[in-house]
Amino acid sequence: MNDMSRTPGSMLLSDVAEFLWHEADLLDRKDYDAWLSLWTGKGHYILPIGDTPDAELADALNLCYDNDKMRRDRIARFQAGFSISSAPPAETIRTVSRIVIEAAEGDRVTIRSAEHLIEDKFGRQRVWAANVTHRLIRVDGSFRIEDKIVRLLNSDGMLNSFSYLF
Amino acid sequence: MTLDTPVQLDLDALYNDAQVATSMYEDPALFDIEMERIFKNTWVFVAHDSEIPDKGSFKLSWVGKEPVIVVRDRKGKVHVMVNRCRHRAATVCEVKKGKTSSFQCPYHGWGYALDGSLRALPYPEQYGDDFDKAQHGLQRLHTETYSGMIFASFNAEIEPLVDFLGPVTKWIDLFMKQGGGFPVKVLGEHQFKVPMNWKVQLENTTDAYHFPIVHKSFMQSLDGETEEMFEFLETGKGYVEDLGNGHSVMVMIPELVDLDENLDAPIPERFAELAQELRDEGYPEDQVKKIVRAVGGAGFNLNLFPNVSFSLAFFRVLRPVSVEETEIRHMALGMEGGPAAANRMRLRLHEHFQGPMGFGSPDDAEVWERVQRGTKGGPDLKILVNRGLVDERPGPDGPLGHISAETGMRAAYDMWKRMMSK
Repeated sequence: MNDMSRTPGSMLLSDVAEFLWHEADLLDRKDYDAWLSLWTGKGHYILPIGDTPDAELADALNLCYDNDKMRRDRIARFQAGFSISSAPPAETIRTVSRIVIEAAEGDRVTIRSAEHLIEDKFGRQRVWAANVTHRLIRVDGSFRIEDKIVRLLNSDGMLNSFSYLF
Repeated sequence: MTLDTPVQLDLDALYNDAQVATSMYEDPALFDIEMERIFKNTWVFVAHDSEIPDKGSFKLSWVGKEPVIVVRDRKGKVHVMVNRCRHRAATVCEVKKGKTSSFQCPYHGWGYALDGSLRALPYPEQYGDDFDKAQHGLQRLHTETYSGMIFASFNAEIEPLVDFLGPVTKWIDLFMKQGGGFPVKVLGEHQFKVPMNWKVQLENTTDAYHFPIVHKSFMQSLDGETEEMFEFLETGKGYVEDLGNGHSVMVMIPELVDLDENLDAPIPERFAELAQELRDEGYPEDQVKKIVRAVGGAGFNLNLFPNVSFSLAFFRVLRPVSVEETEIRHMALGMEGGPAAANRMRLRLHEHFQGPMGFGSPDDAEVWERVQRGTKGGPDLKILVNRGLVDERPGPDGPLGHISAETGMRAAYDMWKRMMSK
């Protein structure tokens, strides 16, 4: 049963939370092959700069604007061991919370959430916060990611380099 | 700040014979002198024309450690002034970029015109009749522009910008051809901070030697044809040339030095889709070829002393924050009024390599930080910039060496020494 307008709100929220926490766990454990398999393969993984509206991101400079091929290339870069910044990468621990179901219709659901991530490298910890939007599609009782947009709180400020995914 | 007793520096101990002392990256007192003798005395890049397109457009920038406002007045003239109220020092603007008709201090309401002149202040009578508003404008810097590049200087006696640039101007002209027939426009910027001395960054933009090592993972993500293009150390066709005044050029891909040449060459596979899109939009074939050839950027890095580089397809701007802290901006460039598809491709190419999540910059940032960490050991050891002296020869504008030579770094350190000796 994929029609989410008929799923009771609390049940949908618990399904969505379970999925987002699963994704967060995969990313912290850097199980990137499993993460790639969460995607439908059609949409984008985007970290915008500033407050450019979603519809204009293709024509704006972003921190990353990954289609399926770029996502795979990015993961391959992390895994091949030739990138000094990701060999070894920073360790991360993140929490995802403040989950809001923005829209649910048919097999599609749009989720907003807050992500806090702490990275550790060179004995130094850094803290990042982001508003995250997931556009998910219900497939066989679980979800697949169509689009994911991560808006860092200070995306238009001075950042550091990232050797992991949000 | 004027240093009452001139600090006696042993400059030869700091840089001589293509060897750099470790303290050059670490000494906070030396950093303060650099800010004074170099950044307060030379031309410093502050903004590109396209970032302040209209009357009243402004952006915040820096000259050395000092915050400045770059603004276009009602007549179109560009002014650069210190972001500090003449009354009690509050910044008069904290909006990074925008449009305004004036600047007003939030503390006591002193109001300044777009050219920095003091226009009005509340209850002026308490300053007496002889208060001269003309003496209380925002502190203005000397400002000149070349090909859209806005430079500013605190030094009123400074030579004209074109004299400072010298042979650099012809390379800027070549670089700007990547507008593909349109004016070059800044499309956005990536910003990141690295715990390193600013000179580590200055060196890097004229360092081809690191490319196949540090950027192996970037190379591996390219198609074969593009990867071949970036194997400039293998082919050895390029070169580095000292252009005087600390500037240098590093030619990596000689066939992409002049983008108006070889327009009849076949369109590379990776641009085939874009070319078709442009044809479908009605662009004639000669313009399609010109635009497509420009999309990938120029085949060289032009490294200016002390803070800006024209690097393949973007501007790299450095800002020294403290002796072991440097901020970097990578400004993405596009074609003003050009086809959206071409600009989209330029944005994606920029994101591919540059910025905090690029396939290149994070690896650069890691090795720069490793330099700063490494210099904690062996304080008496020297940093070597002598590579390529072995067959360096006179070029059209200065010493010219192998593509992987450290000629550009020596050019920068020679200028560093010249400015620090004054």
